[in-house]
Amino acid sequence: MIPELGHLALILALLAAAVLGTLPLVGAGFGDRAPIVEWVRLARPAAQVQFLFVAVSWICLVLAFAGDDFSVVNVASNSNSQLPMVYKITAAWGSHEGSMLLWILMLALWTAAVSVFSRHLPAEMLARVLGVMGLVSIGFILFTLLTSNPFERLLPAAADGRDLNPLLQDPGMVIHPPMLYMGYVGFSVAFAFAVAALIGGRMDAAWSRWSRPWTTVAWCFLTIGIALGSWWAYYELGWGGWWFWDPVENASFMPWIVGTALIHSMVIGASLLLFAWRAPKVGLGATFTAASRESALLANNVLLVVAAASVLLGTLYPLFLDALGLGKISVGPPYFDAVFVPLMAPLAFLMGIGPLARWKSTSLPDVWTLLRWALGVSLAVGLLLPLAFGAWYGKAPWSPMSALGLWLAVWIACSTVIQMRQQLRHARGGLVERVLAQPRSWWGMLLAHLGVAAFIAGVTLVKTYETELDVKLDLGQSVTVSGYQYRFDGVREIKGPNYTAQRADISVSRGTTQLPTLHPEKRVYNVQSMPMTEAAIDTGPFGDRYVSLGEPVGGTAWTLRIYKKPFVTWIWGGCALMALGGVLAVLDRRYRTQAVRDARAALQSAKA
Amino acid sequence: MNRKLLLILPLVAFVALTGFFLRGLWLNPREVPSPLIGKAAPGFERPVLHALERSFTPQELRGQVWLLNVWASWCAPCREEHPLFNSLAKAKVVPIVGLNYKDNPDAARKWLVALGDPFLLTVIDADGRVGLDYGVYGVPETFVIDKSGVIRLKHIGPLTQEKLDKTVLPLVRQLQQGG
Repeated sequence: MIPELGHLALILALLAAAVLGTLPLVGAGFGDRAPIVEWVRLARPAAQVQFLFVAVSWICLVLAFAGDDFSVVNVASNSNSQLPMVYKITAAWGSHEGSMLLWILMLALWTAAVSVFSRHLPAEMLARVLGVMGLVSIGFILFTLLTSNPFERLLPAAADGRDLNPLLQDPGMVIHPPMLYMGYVGFSVAFAFAVAALIGGRMDAAWSRWSRPWTTVAWCFLTIGIALGSWWAYYELGWGGWWFWDPVENASFMPWIVGTALIHSMVIGASLLLFAWRAPKVGLGATFTAASRESALLANNVLLVVAAASVLLGTLYPLFLDALGLGKISVGPPYFDAVFVPLMAPLAFLMGIGPLARWKSTSLPDVWTLLRWALGVSLAVGLLLPLAFGAWYGKAPWSPMSALGLWLAVWIACSTVIQMRQQLRHARGGLVERVLAQPRSWWGMLLAHLGVAAFIAGVTLVKTYETELDVKLDLGQSVTVSGYQYRFDGVREIKGPNYTAQRADISVSRGTTQLPTLHPEKRVYNVQSMPMTEAAIDTGPFGDRYVSLGEPVGGTAWTLRIYKKPFVTWIWGGCALMALGGVLAVLDRRYRTQAVRDARAALQSAKA
Repeated sequence: MNRKLLLILPLVAFVALTGFFLRGLWLNPREVPSPLIGKAAPGFERPVLHALERSFTPQELRGQVWLLNVWASWCAPCREEHPLFNSLAKAKVVPIVGLNYKDNPDAARKWLVALGDPFLLTVIDADGRVGLDYGVYGVPETFVIDKSGVIRLKHIGPLTQEKLDKTVLPLVRQLQQGG
């Protein structure tokens, strides 16, 4: 009964989406046609009713999973009675069908949120925005109902389910998909605002101001979602890698890059747009200054968009060749590394200068005076630190890539500190007053840029100085990796809720200091009897010790893979800082005062 | 510059991309041609699952067309394709050798008792070395090997009835008729 209710609710949601996607859009009028007020007013209630039905549908799906209803195909294929409750609920989005419904839920949630928080917008604009989101929603709900119904029955019912893929039975997988989807789907709000502005013929600064907080929130979710996915791959797959440039990752990274360009554009009300207008006039005698914040932002956007395009090309190139019958190839990390670094290096350099450049024009000598010590310090660190790290980790004494990476990371960090000092110096009052007087979005920018510095440092250090060792150890034998001693103390069998595991004891020490014992596991999940590697990681701010258990090789000996991953957590820490910066930017007080001002202006124009 | 042409450019690019994606629905990106095709099947000598004292080498099947099926008891998709091999074995079209990959022999024997044994014999590859030589990366995998011991086809993932009828069997017949 519950699955049928869910199915019915989804059909009703489709009807609500159909109303939302048509009447308000038509009612808001095209060109000079006068709006039909009643239809325009339908937008908000239709958006909220849609969310209500989708939420009911979602709850029904979760109930079917939580209650082990194996008469539903989706539940029988992706869950099991032995599964711990939290993973039963997670299994609701562990399949294609369930994740489509999660996607729809997110879309309906964003739509309802716009209907609640953007009340101050002109009614026609809001009706168009919600209407466009309704159209998107129709597509997804129809696709789900017609091709991927998560409520399809299985008659006769299965006695038990085929279980959730063991790779997904992990805390990281509980929150990674919802975060990522919130990000993906959140950008549909920016899309809807853009299309609504185009329909209304008002591609102006107000439009970019309205959609900016939505875009930033979506970007924060996407940042966290991608970082969680990368972290999950690092600890769960047992290969110690954190990014593989596979198509699924690229599909999440491309919108992130373009979204980053978008939020930077919105800083000055669609900088790209302004430039598109100004650029042709330059030839007609208008001035075009090379050194200004606009040109820094433009360069930033061009680099980001080219980077996104190169990822797109690398991802689709195998498809193009295959579809044209020109053979099968695969494009992997060598291509992406070769293309990405030359694009990101100037971007990172620009990050130091851009925020200091003034609008309209900046004198280059001024910037040079401000930034010369940042340049000096970062160059010195870039040249010398690799020598120290090389000696410490027993690697090549100096490498160009690590020098470049460290230089850029320190450059961004130093110039961000200078930007902060510069801004605070010109404010009035005591230090606390000055700090509080700065807009939160400005602090957000600083934090996010420091996040990029931490990220670059993490990537550089782990890529250059990691150590990997595949080794066969018998009981009591030990091996030294990067100065740490790992002793293999044997393997025991343990029983989990729905798996049996071989669990190893690896005692770790450095000199005479005993460090926490590591317990890598090899699990076999009861239902799918699929072997899974559960790496053991001793994580710290300066690096991880990472051990994964290989295979038994006769007697009491096992193969082990041991890694030392210097500064690897800085990669995700950097992402967390970027997302936190985004959150600060959204909390900026100016949005609220501006919202009030916009509402007043709208009221005035309505009266006039 | 022609402004109108510029305006429809994004649309043209979008339609072209959609066209490629549409075509992609019928393509399988995982199906990368194995570099082993057209090359001699790598040699090995491994114990036979049901007669541990005896070992098998591909040399023994010289002069015959045969299939090599890489499987394991821990491999869920192997169950899916197994009935196909059972009926193929009953029809006696072509000898099938099983390569039991990174598995426990007891579990493997139980699996064959439960699901049926279509194999002429099953070879034990406990440490996965043979699998490595054959470039196995997704179990199950199936190879077609011709009379002179050359690999002619490699299928990755569970074999389907369609693939069997349209590709594997015609190839096997053609190879059997040829010298």
